[in-house]
Amino acid sequence: MSAAALAPAPGGTAAPSGIRFEGVTVAYGGNVVLDRLDLTVEPGEVMALLGPSGSGKTTALRAVAGFVRPAAGRVFLGGRDVTALPPHRRGIGMVVQSYALFPHLRVKDNVAFGLKAHRTPKAEIPGRVTEALELVGMAAYADRHPRELSGGQQQRVAIARALAIRPGVLLLDEPLSALDARLRSGMLAELARLHRELPDVSILYVTHDQVEALTLADRIAVMDRARLQDCGTPQELYRRPRTEFTASFVGNANLLPVTVAGEGAVAFAGRPLAAPTDTAAPGATATLCVRPHLVGLGAGPNALTGSVTEVQWRGSTHRVHADVDGHRLMADLRELREPPAIGDPVTLHFAAEDAVLLPAGTAGASGAAP
Amino acid sequence: MSVSATASAVARAEAPAATPSRTAHGPGSAPARPRSVPSWVWALPPVAVLALAFLYPLALVVQQSVTPDEGGVSLDPYADVFASEVFRDALTTTVWLAVGSTVGCLVLGFVLALVIAFVPFPGGKAVARFVDVFLSFPSFLITLALLFVYGSVGMANGLWTDVTGAAEGPFHFLTTPWGVLLAEITYFTPFVMRPLLAAFSQLDTGQLEVASSLGAGPVRIIRRVILPEALPALAAGGSLVLVMCLNEFGIVLFTGAKDVTTLPMLVYSKAILESDYPAACVVAVVNIAISVGLYGLYRVVSRRAGA
Repeated sequence: MSAAALAPAPGGTAAPSGIRFEGVTVAYGGNVVLDRLDLTVEPGEVMALLGPSGSGKTTALRAVAGFVRPAAGRVFLGGRDVTALPPHRRGIGMVVQSYALFPHLRVKDNVAFGLKAHRTPKAEIPGRVTEALELVGMAAYADRHPRELSGGQQQRVAIARALAIRPGVLLLDEPLSALDARLRSGMLAELARLHRELPDVSILYVTHDQVEALTLADRIAVMDRARLQDCGTPQELYRRPRTEFTASFVGNANLLPVTVAGEGAVAFAGRPLAAPTDTAAPGATATLCVRPHLVGLGAGPNALTGSVTEVQWRGSTHRVHADVDGHRLMADLRELREPPAIGDPVTLHFAAEDAVLLPAGTAGASGAAP
Repeated sequence: MSVSATASAVARAEAPAATPSRTAHGPGSAPARPRSVPSWVWALPPVAVLALAFLYPLALVVQQSVTPDEGGVSLDPYADVFASEVFRDALTTTVWLAVGSTVGCLVLGFVLALVIAFVPFPGGKAVARFVDVFLSFPSFLITLALLFVYGSVGMANGLWTDVTGAAEGPFHFLTTPWGVLLAEITYFTPFVMRPLLAAFSQLDTGQLEVASSLGAGPVRIIRRVILPEALPALAAGGSLVLVMCLNEFGIVLFTGAKDVTTLPMLVYSKAILESDYPAACVVAVVNIAISVGLYGLYRVVSRRAGA
């Protein structure tokens, strides 16, 4: 196997790596579906576009592919303005949710399709096809038709087909959403391995699944209501989200409405809590974000007492939902030997340094999870 | 007790409850089901109607074709018809008109269906629906419309004479085989478009987009992605049109093309104008044989193609 052979090579057929959106706006009949997107995907970087349905993430990907024409702004691939370039001249690889394998062609002919379209010398094609299929572990299936393959195998062939042309940019549009949970997990690991073996390929990965984004991406761009809401590394977005929407969409979050009482102190439902307040002035209303796995059971700092409304056993953990003065608080606790019953009083706590203060009113279209 | 022994015991315990409905006939037992009518009985009425309305007349045609005017059973009518130049001309004309029309319909239908299916334009859906409506039109209507446009006193010639002051216009092709060809292509093209549009609606647009992202231009996408997917629909539509063209009578009659004699026209002239029923039946049998043969060929080809 020669993954290096599939990497974009200077002077080869490969397109340059890296994507840049500059104020890209897409509208359908006056309805703006992507609003002034500014985003850069560095060469070799995996960028996940994460957001709910209708957030504009697929539109952004289609703008890179050339299937939608921006009403304003520019798209750059490897520093070259490709806004007006037709899709077949952009030199990108693309994998879609439905795999879109050509049913009348055998696996090897599917993979060779792009090579023939790029007028690769005939003598080179079999070798390139084999390399691409070996990369995804499908060389043994070269003579089969797509209908003879499972969903996961079809997905691998679709990836091999996209990589065979040695693209500088790989676009993945919800590539795992048609797979069951077990296959999805396996394919995530495969994609991560591919990225390691093709470090020069920029990958734009569209998904609504936070686990896929957190697992695979170097950075995540969170989108909502046609706009980019937040962008950062998975760790940044998870640990230090900047909006209520990001906090609730990237992982689970407790979002408590608070008022800044002073330096390092907030008031929640009339109770004083210790929290970092660097980003807000005293008297300001804000939202305190605490991840459920950072909430502990029993007395401790920032203790809040309420009543249990729901207990979910999740194998290694229990998720306890409590009502605290009309606000729901979630705690992911290591499996409890004697979990509380619904209606029992419960005391939960969290450390001040585990909380993040967010500006109020940044929940986005779908609202922040309570 | 082992599992199998337990199962046997359960089976024994349940058996008496299950058997009475089938075996007992005494009071209190479940009523016996009425004897059902054999399924072949239900097939009798439609078969009888089919035999009376279609197979019997067809048999009469075949019988008449081997019954010369002098009486008896003979293949002489076949020998006479096959030897006549009129028949050979009609056969040639019928085949080339049918093949030409089918090729024209396939090319035109494929292009039009491509545009309707993949090139968004205002009114595209209305055009697709019109194709459905068009299928219900009688064939002579199209010929009549073409006569209004290209006939001797049609719009095109009228416009020409008005503009140039000439005594007559240049368009006289409608009464030639080319006029029949044009009329048949105009009329039968929607019969190719309908299955094509259905096939195109099933095509995953993701395939077209991925092909494009892989570097394929529009022509390559049509040739390598769309056309292979459309082959079964093309075969179905093309076969239908070929058979219909072979048997087309109304269009040829309405164009008034005196020199264009097809097999159906020959049947008409032999039977109605010359009262030569054996010859008419021979030509009809040949026409039927060609149609059935083509249909059989289509079935074989489509089965091999997996359509």
